Amino acid sequence: MTWETVIGLEIHAQLATKSKIFSGASTAYGASPNTQACAVDLGLPGVLPVLNKDAVYMAAKLGLAIGAKVAERSVFARKNYFYPDLPKGYQISQYELPIVEQGQIQIELDDEEKTIGITRAHLEEDAGKSLHEDFQGLSGIDLNRAGTPLIEIVSEPDMRSAKEAVAYMKKIHSLVRYLEICDGNMQEGSFRCDANVSVRRKGAEKFGTRAELKNLNSFRFVERAINYEVERQIDILEAGGEVIQETRLYDSEKNETRSMRSKEEANDYRYFPDPDLLPVVIESEFLEQVKATLPELPDAKKHRFMQDYSISLYDAVALTANRELADYFEDVVKTSGSESKLCANWVIGDLSGFLNKNNLDISESPVSSEQLAGMLARISDKTISGKIAKQVFEGMWNGEGTADEIIDKKGLKQVTDTGLIEKLVNDAVDNNPQQVEQYKAGKDKLFGFFVGQVMKASKGKANPAQVNELLKKKLADS
Amino acid sequence: MSLDKQEVEKIAHLARIALDEDDVPHYATNLSNIMELVEQMNQVDTAGITPMAHPLDAVARLREDTASEPNQRDHFQQIAPQTESGLYLVPKVIE
Amino acid sequence: MHNKTLSELSQALQSGETTSQALTQYFLDRIQQHDGQLNSFITVTPELALEQAKAADELRAQGKAGKLTGIPMAHKDIFCTQGVRTSCASKMLDNFTAPYNAGVVENVQKAGMVMLGKTNMDEFAMGSSNETSFYGAVKNPWDLDTVPGGSSGGSAAAVAARLAPVATGTDTGGSIRQPAALCGITGMKPTYGLVSRYGMIAFASSLDQGGPMGQSAEDVALLLEAMSGFDERDSTSIDRPVADFSADLNNDIQGLKIGLPKDYFGEGLDPEVNAALQTAIKELEQLGATFEEIELPNNKLAVPVYYIIAPAECSSNLSRFDGVRFGYRCEDPVDLVDMYKRSRGEGFGAEVKRRIMVGTYALSAGYYDAYYLKSQQIRHLISEDFKAAFKKVDVILGPTTPTPAFKIGEKADDPITMYLSDIYTIAVNLAGLPAMSLPAGFANKLPVGMQLIGNYFDEAKLLNVAHQYQQRTDWHRQLPEQFA
Repeated sequence: MTWETVIGLEIHAQLATKSKIFSGASTAYGASPNTQACAVDLGLPGVLPVLNKDAVYMAAKLGLAIGAKVAERSVFARKNYFYPDLPKGYQISQYELPIVEQGQIQIELDDEEKTIGITRAHLEEDAGKSLHEDFQGLSGIDLNRAGTPLIEIVSEPDMRSAKEAVAYMKKIHSLVRYLEICDGNMQEGSFRCDANVSVRRKGAEKFGTRAELKNLNSFRFVERAINYEVERQIDILEAGGEVIQETRLYDSEKNETRSMRSKEEANDYRYFPDPDLLPVVIESEFLEQVKATLPELPDAKKHRFMQDYSISLYDAVALTANRELADYFEDVVKTSGSESKLCANWVIGDLSGFLNKNNLDISESPVSSEQLAGMLARISDKTISGKIAKQVFEGMWNGEGTADEIIDKKGLKQVTDTGLIEKLVNDAVDNNPQQVEQYKAGKDKLFGFFVGQVMKASKGKANPAQVNELLKKKLADS
Repeated sequence: MSLDKQEVEKIAHLARIALDEDDVPHYATNLSNIMELVEQMNQVDTAGITPMAHPLDAVARLREDTASEPNQRDHFQQIAPQTESGLYLVPKVIE
Repeated sequence: MHNKTLSELSQALQSGETTSQALTQYFLDRIQQHDGQLNSFITVTPELALEQAKAADELRAQGKAGKLTGIPMAHKDIFCTQGVRTSCASKMLDNFTAPYNAGVVENVQKAGMVMLGKTNMDEFAMGSSNETSFYGAVKNPWDLDTVPGGSSGGSAAAVAARLAPVATGTDTGGSIRQPAALCGITGMKPTYGLVSRYGMIAFASSLDQGGPMGQSAEDVALLLEAMSGFDERDSTSIDRPVADFSADLNNDIQGLKIGLPKDYFGEGLDPEVNAALQTAIKELEQLGATFEEIELPNNKLAVPVYYIIAPAECSSNLSRFDGVRFGYRCEDPVDLVDMYKRSRGEGFGAEVKRRIMVGTYALSAGYYDAYYLKSQQIRHLISEDFKAAFKKVDVILGPTTPTPAFKIGEKADDPITMYLSDIYTIAVNLAGLPAMSLPAGFANKLPVGMQLIGNYFDEAKLLNVAHQYQQRTDWHRQLPEQFA
C-alpha cells in the first residue's frame, strides 16, 4: 500500500516593528520580565488598543510580495479563551476578514520548481510566556511578549513531503527577511510554525484526518516532526485504526509527537468583531506607496542571477536565500571583475562554510565582500592558485589583513618563472627514477605524484598549469 | 428557548465562573427567560441586511510605530495578587 | 450655596465671595451629613479634594482660572482615578487602586475642577436600579424607599441631593438618562465617540459613552465641554475640535420640528408620566416648536437586541478580571481553573454573572448567527429608522422611563421586568446618537424625565431646547425637602 502525505503550514512571523501592535511598549527581545508590558499589554481595566501603522504596512508588503489580494477592508476580531499568558482573556486577531488573501509562492526541489498556494495571512497579537521554574509550585508569567505583532501565514495543503514543507518554510523565511518585515530569528521565536499533517491512499481524493503539530521552531524539527508523524499515522492506518483529529506537541529530545491533552477539551473561541477597533481600510494610494518600497524579490532575483551570471538554479537558490548574501555576491562580482562562477563557488563554498561553522550571519562576516573580491582577483590574474587561496582566505578570516598583504607577508605569490619551475620539475623527475620507470610502464596515476613533489618543493606556490605542462614534456622526454 | 442545568454548567465553565450548586436552577430560569425575550428578534426578516458592529461608520486610525511606553513594572505590580522576581505568579500551568 | 448652578458658583469664585477650599469643604460636609442616608458615594477623598481646591485657589490668584476652576464634582466609580480606589462597585475591584487616570478624569482635572470622590453605581454598570452594587443600594433622595435608577445612580442621587454640583456618568443603555429622570436632574449621553473611553472600565464597548449629569442643561453643557475631546488612546474617539456646547443655549427654538415616536407614548407608559410630558409639549409649543408623530418601527426590538449585544461584549470585556494581575483572587486555589472559576464566581455579583453567561452563550458555536449576527442586523435597521426620522424632524421627544422611580427590591429578582425599564433609552445607544433627560414635573410626587434625542453631533441643539424649556419651568430647580 502506498500513502501520500498532505501538509499545510501555519507560519507565525513576528513583525519587526519597534512597538507592539496595539500599544507603545517596546518589542525588543530579552528584557527583564514584565518591563516591556504596559497597561494595554497587561489588559488593565479601561485601557484600549490602538493599531500600529507599521504592522499594517508590513502585512501589505507581504501581501504584494506573494501576489495576494490585500484587503481594502479587514476586521479585527476577538478570540476568547482563558490562559495566564493571555492577559485580556482574548487574543485580538483577524478572523472573517483577514488583511491578505489568496497568494502563492514558488519552492525549489532539486532542479524543479513548485507553486504553493497561500490561503491567507492575518495580523494578530502574540501572547506572553509562562515560565515553569519552580516558584513554590507556581508558574511565573512574563508578559513582555504579549502584544507583539505577528503575521500568521496559512498555506494551502499543497505540500506532499517533509522536504517540501521545509523548502516552503525556508522560502517564506527568506521572503520575510528580504522584505525586512521579520528578523527571522528562530531561536528567539520570531519565526515559528505549526504543521497540519495527514496521509491518504495514493490516488484518493479526500484528505485524511489531520493532526496539528505545534512548537516547530527549527527547520530540522519541522522535517523530523513531520516524518515521525507520517510514520505514526501510516502505522495506525495499516493496522486498521483511525487517526484522530488533535493537536500534538513535538518533543525534539525524544523525536516524537504526543497528544496535548490540555487542548483536548473542545475549544469554543467565540470569535466576534472587536468593538474597540474599527475596520482597517487600505486605500489604493497607500498600496502604491508600499509597492514602491518593495525590494527585488527572491524569485525575480534568482532568475536574474541565472541569466546574468550564468549560474545553475542550485547556485542561484543558494545565493538568493537571503538578501544580504545576494548583495554580498553581487558586490564581489562587481569589485573583483572575476568570473561569476568563481565568485559563486567561493561565496556558497568556503565563505558560507566558515560562517556556518562559526554560527555567523553574512552581515557579521569578518571577511568583507571587498576583501574576498581582492583575493579572487589574485586568483584570476594567477598571482595565487586556488589552493593557496584557501590559505589566504583563512588569513583574512583571522584578521591578518587584505589578500595582497597576506600574500606578500607569507610569500605566497605563485611561482610562474618557467626557469625555476623547470628546475623543480627536473629535480622531481631526476630524484625518482623508480617512479619514472613505473610511469613509463603505463602507471599514469603516478603523474599526480610528480605534481605533488613539485608543489611540495615550491611550497605550493608553483603555477599548477605550468607545472603540468612542463612535467608532461619532461616525462615524455626522459 | 429553555436552558437546562447541564447547559448552564457548560456555559459557566466556558466563562470560568464557579456557581453554587443551589443557584444553578435559578440561573437556568433567568437565562431561559432572557433567551425567550431575545427570541422576539425572529419577528424580523433580516435576510440581506448588513450587520452593524459599530455605531460609527468610521475606519481605524493608525498609530505611528514608536516605542513610547516607559517601564512601569513596579507601579503595575503593586496591585497584583502575587508576584516574584518581576513575574506574576499563578497556580502551575500544565501544557 | 448648594443650589447654585455652575455659572453661579463660578461667579461666586470669581467675585471672591467664596474660595474653592471653602466650597469644597462645604460639599464635603454635606456628604458627611447626608450620604449616610443615600449611600451615593463609594469613596470620598477629602484630602485629595482639599489639595486640588488649594491648587485651584492658587491658580485663580495667579489669574489663570478658567470657568470651572475650583468647582467640586464627583466621578462615577467606573472612571479610573490614579491612586484612588476604582471599584466599579464590584468585590472584584474592591482592592483596585487605578495606576492611571481616565481620559475624562484628566480632562476635568485640566479644567481645574475638584474631585470630591467616587460615586456608587450598579456593579460594572449592569443594572437599572443601583441595587447590584457590592457597596449596597443607593436611595433616591425624593423617596428613600425607592431606587435612584442605574447604573449611574450614585451620581444622580448625589447631584439631586446637592452633595455635588455636577457628576460624571456613563450610559450603555440609559445609565445616565434613566437615573437622571428618576432623580429629577439633567443628564446627557453624547454622540458615541465624543467622550474618551480611555480609562473608563468597559461594559459594552460599542455602546458605552461617558457623559455629564447636573442640575440644568447649562451645567450639563459646561461639564460636557470639560469632559469631551479627542483622545488618541481610544480608537473610537472622534477627532474633531471640542464644540462650544453652551453657544446655542439661548437660541430661539421658533420653528423647531420635534418628532413624537408613536410607540413611546403607547401601552406601558404610566398615565401620570404621560400627563407631565403632555404639559411639557405644550410649553415647548408656546416657545414656537412644532410637533409631529413619527414612526420608529424597529424600536420595539431594541431591548432584545441590546440583551444580546451588551452581554456578548461584556462577556469578553470582563474576561480580564481573572485574578492574575490585579483585583480579587480567591483563597488557596487548587489549580489554574479553580483560581479562574472561584475568583470570578466570588468576585462578580449575580447580575454580572448572568450577563456574562448570556453573552458567552450567544457567541458560542452554533448560536452566533441566530443571536449575535441577527442582533447586529436589527441594530442596523434601528439605526436606519432614526436616520429616516431625522430627515423629517430636528429633535425627537419622548419619556425617559415608562414609570417614575420604583421601590427598592421591587424588580430585583426579575431581570426581565428590570430590563424593560430601559425600553425608551436603549435604541439611542444602539444607534450611537446623543440624547438627554431633563426634569419635566412629577408623578406620584416622584420626578418625571423628558427625553430629547438628537441627530449625530447635535448636542448643542438638544441643550438649546432643554435650556429654553428650563428658562420657562423650574422643575430642575426643585430639590427634595430633607436635602434643602
